[in-house]
Amino acid sequence: MDRDGTDDLIAQVCEAASRGAALRIVGGDTKRFYGRAIDGVPLATRGHTGILRHDPAELVLTARGGTPLAEVEAQLAAHGQRLPFEPPHFGADATLGGTVAAGLAGPARAWAGPVRDYVLGARILTGDGRVLRFGGEVMKNVAGYDVARLMAGSLGVLGVLLDVSLKVLPRAAAERTLALEFDAAHALEHLASLARGALPLSASSWIDGRLYLRLEGSLETLDAVAARVGGELLPDGGSFWASLREQTHPFFAGEQSLWRCTVPGPVAPLPLGDVSLVEWNGMQRWYRGVAETAALEATTAVGGHATLFRDHTDAADAFTPLAPPLLRLHRELKRVFDPAGILNPGRMYADL
Amino acid sequence: MTPDPALLNDLRAALGADAVLVSAEACAPFECDALTAHRRSPDVVVLPRTVDEVRSVLRACRQHGTPVVARGAGTGLSGGSLPVAGGVLLVLARLNRILEVDPRRRLARVQPGVTNLEISMAAAPHGLYYAPDPSSQVACTIGGNVAENSGGVHCLKHGLTVHNLLEVRVVTIDGELLVLGSETGEAPGLPLLALLTGSEGMLGVVVEATVRLKPLPERVELLMAAFDDVRRCADAVGRVIASGIVPAGLEMMDAPAMRAAEAFAHCGYPSEADALLLCELDGLHHDVERDLQAVEALLRDCGATSLRVAADAGERQRMWSGRKSAFPAVGRLAPDYFCMDGTIPRRHLADVLQRIGELSQAAGLPVANVFHAGDGNLHPLILFDAGEPGAVERAEHLGAEILELCVAVGGTVTGEHGVGVEKLGPMCTQFGSGELEAFHAVKRAFDPDGLLNPGKAVPTLARCADYGAMRVHGGKLPFSHLPRF
Repeated sequence: MDRDGTDDLIAQVCEAASRGAALRIVGGDTKRFYGRAIDGVPLATRGHTGILRHDPAELVLTARGGTPLAEVEAQLAAHGQRLPFEPPHFGADATLGGTVAAGLAGPARAWAGPVRDYVLGARILTGDGRVLRFGGEVMKNVAGYDVARLMAGSLGVLGVLLDVSLKVLPRAAAERTLALEFDAAHALEHLASLARGALPLSASSWIDGRLYLRLEGSLETLDAVAARVGGELLPDGGSFWASLREQTHPFFAGEQSLWRCTVPGPVAPLPLGDVSLVEWNGMQRWYRGVAETAALEATTAVGGHATLFRDHTDAADAFTPLAPPLLRLHRELKRVFDPAGILNPGRMYADL
Repeated sequence: MTPDPALLNDLRAALGADAVLVSAEACAPFECDALTAHRRSPDVVVLPRTVDEVRSVLRACRQHGTPVVARGAGTGLSGGSLPVAGGVLLVLARLNRILEVDPRRRLARVQPGVTNLEISMAAAPHGLYYAPDPSSQVACTIGGNVAENSGGVHCLKHGLTVHNLLEVRVVTIDGELLVLGSETGEAPGLPLLALLTGSEGMLGVVVEATVRLKPLPERVELLMAAFDDVRRCADAVGRVIASGIVPAGLEMMDAPAMRAAEAFAHCGYPSEADALLLCELDGLHHDVERDLQAVEALLRDCGATSLRVAADAGERQRMWSGRKSAFPAVGRLAPDYFCMDGTIPRRHLADVLQRIGELSQAAGLPVANVFHAGDGNLHPLILFDAGEPGAVERAEHLGAEILELCVAVGGTVTGEHGVGVEKLGPMCTQFGSGELEAFHAVKRAFDPDGLLNPGKAVPTLARCADYGAMRVHGGKLPFSHLPRF
C-alpha cells in the first residue's frame, strides 16, 4: 500500500497540542509493553505507509514510518539485501517507524551495530506540528547536527517518524550455526577468546549449557572456519535465532518479569540466579523474575544498564535512571521538539 | 582584543601560568586550521593537562561569558577550530594518553589528543586496529575526529567515526562531565553519543573516547581498473555495489587528478586513461577470493580498458600512494585550490561529474575530481590563482554551484569535512529555516549562552537571507520572509 498520511498526522498533532492532550504514537502496536505504560489518545501511523525509494545500488531504503517492517524486509530480500541490525517484529504488524523509535536490534547486534548506525535520514513531525527533515539518503553527511540518528530509540518522545532512510547491506552468501557444550562462565571465556580472531561471527547466544555461534560468509569460508570452531552443526539455525529475536523461545514463556541487562561483554555471570540467556557476545543478558533493585545493582556494578523489558505486574519504571545532568539535557531536548510535552509523555522516563 | 584580566586570573589559578598563552608570538601558531584561507590569531590559548583542568576552563568561560573554541591538532578542513574574537582557544593536545587497549573487549580508551594512527599502532600487537582512517590520520586527533565525525577511504564497509565509538566523555559549558554511550555502545535514554558526534565542538568538549577495535583483515587485495570514459567508470561503481559486494574502499579519480597523482607519486597509473577506479577488498581469505573474481569480471563487463591486481603489499601501497597524495599533487597544478566535499546518491555520479565539467568550463577554472566513489563523496578540487583579480570570488562561486548541484540531486554540502566557517552559506541551500531553527535550539539546550565555538556549523537565519540575496535561484528568494539589512 502507498499512502501519504502526513496531513492527517499534522492535523491530529496540532489539535492535540492546542488542548495539551497527550498522544500515544501507535504503529503496529506490537511493542506496547516496551518502556513505561502510558495513557494518551492513540496517534495511528499505519495510514502513512509505503516504500518511497529503494535502489539496490545505493544501499539505501526510504519508507514512510507506518510501512510494515515485513514489507520493507521483503523488498530488501527480493534484491538480496537486509536490515543488518536484524530487528525484532514482536508481531505481524510491526512498522518501520516503530522499529526505529524502539531502537531494538536482534542477534546480529554485537557485530552489525545498533539501529542508529543505519539511520541516514528522517523526516519528523514535531509535537507542535512542524515537519522537519534531517540527514539524507547518502552514506556520508555531516551537515548540521545528526538529529536523524537521535531518533533511533527515542521512543517517540521527540517526534513522529514520517519517513526514515536506512543504510542496508547485502545478505551473506551463507550462514551456519554451531552448538558447543559449556557452562555460562566458560562460554563467556570462550567468546572472549574467539573475539581475538577474525572469525565471521554474526550471532552468539548461551542458554541451558550450550553456546550457539552463527557464522556467515561464502561456503568455502564456512567450511574453513567451522572445523576451527568445533561443536555440532545445528540443522535449523535460522528458526533458532528467530526464536530468540522474536522471543518465542521457551525461555521467554510465562508471566514472570523479563529483565534485559547490557554489560561489558566478557564480565562473569551476574549474581541474578542460574537461569539466563546470554546474547551479543556476552553483552546482552536476559533474566526472568528478578527483583528490580537486584537487577539494577548487579548490572550497574559492572558498568552496565538494566531494562525491565516486559513486566506483567505493574507500570514500573523501565530503564536505568539517568544521571541528573543527562536527565536535564533530555528535558531540554524534549522542549525543543515537543514544547507542549504531548508526544508519548512518560514512555521513556516519568517526567519526559 | 585584550583578554579580560579576571578571566585570565581564573585560568592561571586553575592551570598554572605556563598553560595560559597570551603573547602574540605564542598564540600565532594557532591562528588557523588546515583551511588556511581563514585566519585569526587567538587572544588566549589554554593548554590543560587534565580533565579537571578542562572543566575549570569551561566553568571560567561560562562565568565570564567568554566564547571558547576547542582544538585538537588543527587538521580540520572547514575552519571549525578557527579562533573567535575575544575568545579562549582550548587546545587539547596535552591530553594525549592512551588509557587502555583491551583485546578481550576489543576496545581502546583514549584521551582526546591521541592521534588517530596512534590508536591503530597501539592495537596492532593484538592483531586489531581502529577502522576510520581520515587522510590526516598521522596528525589528526580522536577528539577532532569525534567533533567532525571523520571518515576516510574505508567508510562504506567499516563505518565513520560514529560507527566506531562506544563511549564518549564530554564536558559541558557548565563544566559538567557527561558520559554518553557505554562500553557496550548501549545506554539508557536518547542516543546523545550520536548527536554529539559531528557536532563540531558546538555542544560540548570531548575529553575521553572509547573506540571499537576491529581484527586486522586476514587478506587484503587492491584492484586498479582504468576506463576510457568517465561515465563507464562511474556506472561500474554502482554495478559493483549492486552485485552484493561491499568493498573496503572504492575510490575514483578523473584524468586531471590521476595524471597529477602519477606525476607526483609515480605510482604506475595508466596516464592515457580517462578515469581510474581503485577497489580494495578485505576479509577472510575465501571471501576475498570470491569477491575479487566477481569484481574483476564485473569491471571487464563494464568496459575497463585495463585491470591490475596489486601483486603484494608493496605494490598495494604504491597504488594507494597516488590516491593519498592526490590533493598535494593537484595542488602543484595551480597556485591555489578549494576542496569541495559534497556527497550525492551514487546513481547520479556520472551526470554530476559531467555537470561539474560544464560548470568548470563556464567559470574558466579547471576542476580535478578525486573521490570516495563507494560513498558518493566527491572532492572536486577547484584550481585558481588567488593573485589574479576576481579569481577567489569566481572559485567560491563555482564551489557554491557544485554544492548546490549536490543538494539538488539529493545529496549534502559536506560528507566528512564539516561545515565550520567554510560552508555556512551552502548550508542555507540544504536546510530550510525550520531545520536551522531546530539546530539553534539544540545548541541552546546544551549551551544556552552560545559560548561554545560560536558562529560555526549552523548559519544564522539572517546570514541565509543575505546568502539568498546573493544567490537568487530561479527567481525564488530563499528566506524571503526575513528582514534584510
